[in-house]
Amino acid sequence: MKELLMGNEAIALGAIMAGVKVVAGYPGTPSTEVLETIAKRNPGKIHVEWSTNEKSALEVAAGAAYTGARSIVTMKQVGLNVASDPLMSLNYVGVKGGMVVYVADDPGPISSQTEQDTRHFGKYAKIPVFDPATPEEAYEMIQDAFAYSEKYGMPVFFRATTRVCHSCATIDVGEFPEPTEGEGFIKDTSRWVIFPKLSYESKKKLEAREVELAKEFSKLKYNFITGTGRIGIACGGVSRAYVCEAVNDLDENKDIFSIFNVGTPYPFPEDAALEFINSIDKLICFEELDPVIEDAFTYLLGKHNIKLEILGKRTMDVPNAGELGVVSITKILAGLTGKEYTESQERFKDLPDIPGRPPVLCAGCPHRASFYAVKQAMKGRKAIFCGDIGCYTLGNAAPLDMTDTCLCMGAGITIAEGLDYAEFDKDDRSVKFAFVGDSTFFASGITGVINGVYNKANIVVCVLDNSTTAMTGHQPHPGIGKTMMGDVSNAISIPKVLEAIGLTKVVTVDPLNQEEAINAVKELADLPGVKAIIFKSPCVAIVKTKKSAEVDRDKCIGCKKCINELGCPALYMKDGRACIDKALCTDCGLCKTVCPVKCIKEEA
Amino acid sequence: MKSLLLCGVGGQGTVLASRILAQAAMEEGKFARTAETIGMAQRGGCVVSHVRIDSKDCSPLVPLKKADILIAFEPGEAVRNLPYLKPEGIVIVCDNPICPVTASLAGIEYDSRKMIDYIKSKVERVIVVDGNKICEECGSSKVVNVALVGTIIKTGAAELSEESVKKVLKDKLKPEFLEMNMKALTLGMEYAI
Repeated sequence: MKELLMGNEAIALGAIMAGVKVVAGYPGTPSTEVLETIAKRNPGKIHVEWSTNEKSALEVAAGAAYTGARSIVTMKQVGLNVASDPLMSLNYVGVKGGMVVYVADDPGPISSQTEQDTRHFGKYAKIPVFDPATPEEAYEMIQDAFAYSEKYGMPVFFRATTRVCHSCATIDVGEFPEPTEGEGFIKDTSRWVIFPKLSYESKKKLEAREVELAKEFSKLKYNFITGTGRIGIACGGVSRAYVCEAVNDLDENKDIFSIFNVGTPYPFPEDAALEFINSIDKLICFEELDPVIEDAFTYLLGKHNIKLEILGKRTMDVPNAGELGVVSITKILAGLTGKEYTESQERFKDLPDIPGRPPVLCAGCPHRASFYAVKQAMKGRKAIFCGDIGCYTLGNAAPLDMTDTCLCMGAGITIAEGLDYAEFDKDDRSVKFAFVGDSTFFASGITGVINGVYNKANIVVCVLDNSTTAMTGHQPHPGIGKTMMGDVSNAISIPKVLEAIGLTKVVTVDPLNQEEAINAVKELADLPGVKAIIFKSPCVAIVKTKKSAEVDRDKCIGCKKCINELGCPALYMKDGRACIDKALCTDCGLCKTVCPVKCIKEEA
Repeated sequence: MKSLLLCGVGGQGTVLASRILAQAAMEEGKFARTAETIGMAQRGGCVVSHVRIDSKDCSPLVPLKKADILIAFEPGEAVRNLPYLKPEGIVIVCDNPICPVTASLAGIEYDSRKMIDYIKSKVERVIVVDGNKICEECGSSKVVNVALVGTIIKTGAAELSEESVKKVLKDKLKPEFLEMNMKALTLGMEYAI
């Protein structure tokens, strides 16, 4: 049946078509919908789980593949850093059932910390990389990725980027088969237990496999040439779609350009690339993130002693950061061929400046109240606020300005410890706060807290517990008591975990009760050792309320304190008085506590 | 090929509108693509949905100067995205300003009338839709997206039929919301007459 599918949905359905049996992952934009879609469309016999983090997820998928069943693990690119320890070794051990490591890269970056390129990781780990250009290609390619993985007994990367993950296309979906059942785990220590001798033998096999796969991939349908022009373009991933449109606009007779499409950047299809080189006079490479294809061509020219001009990121002809697009590619290609092209329009040259609209914490978000309580409690004191990854990273924005550091999942806690140790012998020490969300706490916060208790750090851990993984679209986690299979499980209590670790003090407060929250912060800030405050209040996007607050416009003095202190998107000024957008307001009550004349009350 | 750019503020329902349009195109046997803003920007930031119909070999994103119709759920976002409009393109804009937090904090005036006047001074065909009025008439604040879909198809510029959109709404929406959205669709269509 024909369906409109997002790239991530297409990959999910492709995996079901390939008979996947076990699915594990950790949420992260732009990867999340693959696992969610498999769970939603599960014909019944597929195990789907959100694991505590990417390392756990990868190991779960590996264990399943040891039995001969097919498995997939899903994550965003920075999650791959977390999963890299088991993955590097797994390639030496190998798998029995097909195992796909799905990693979503994020050129821009749009919702990530880095512009890292998983194609490099494939090369580094010696794991083949499949790189689809469109959702419809991804649907087909993932099924082949499983087949290659199983044929060679190796994990394979399936790498997509945001504009493939989050764009939709029309796809004809087949009937779902039953999942592949493996023969079960068969004991064999010479195969499943990694030792230096096994690794030495495996390394030789990996090197030989690289050569063999490069030859095989040269004939693969995802590596192909279109057009007959003498200016060669090499591209991969979504850049292919951009190149296609740019070339259609510039090359009406289809005789200026020819295009080499790379669907498997590692092992690089050298034979096919050589054939292409011999049919062109000049080469330009369009790819997002790193110049992986470009470098492969440069290597190939040297290896075969061929002289050919290559333009790309290394020559600064193509931007080396951020996304590519039809406009940027058309401009470059027009320049190469002496054609006229301008993307600007004369009529809009006086376009008025519209104020920016960066993402903000939602109206009524309990994180705003938590940050505000800590800010009020620490007024006039030296304090450092270490942030982490999640919606609450948005606490960095004015007017809250409550995020002094943010590095990676779980780092807020351990960065705070490092800041503390650096001044352990000083008298005038600042108070260090580490803000961490509930899902992040389980993913990689706990080890950091244990480290702090063990090494005697002085920090206040603030767990912003909104009972969900909010930023990525509300996935369950170990603290919720619900699994992705829809089962009820034991909800793991964050305060009990912290108490078991042996903190100086653990308290739970409702951030919307500002007085209670501020007093708790003041008390814990002055205690020695590692302390924790759990700010517990549900995410407003899940627990919806019909209530809203309103301003008594006769009483409002127009001081703007509510707006300037809180930055709530529901608050704005109109005719010199504060106003509340009823559609956004949840009546959280925070502005009521801030208003000096108490002119805000619940709407009648 | 037809290219539509829908823009607004996170939470306004641009994604649903783009999906309805793409599925209506599929009903008519056309190949459709969309691309959407998903992730951090959905938290009250600028969002853009791209719809491209009859679009096998092309970018999922509408390039600058290539949108046949610019559909803005918010006047400021309409101005911000004007450079995407084709010289002969149409603008459909919902006159319901959402003041950005940055403007409130900086004390910058945010006047939707001025923005709409600017668009009218630059673009030949501009349709201003009174979203609040439609919501009042339908008894829900969540129907602007479907109303705008009505306006889009009635212009004829997307070459999509009313029947295929209605079929998609019937397939996609819960029965209890169908009547309300059908009304919104009709009200939206009236603006393009």
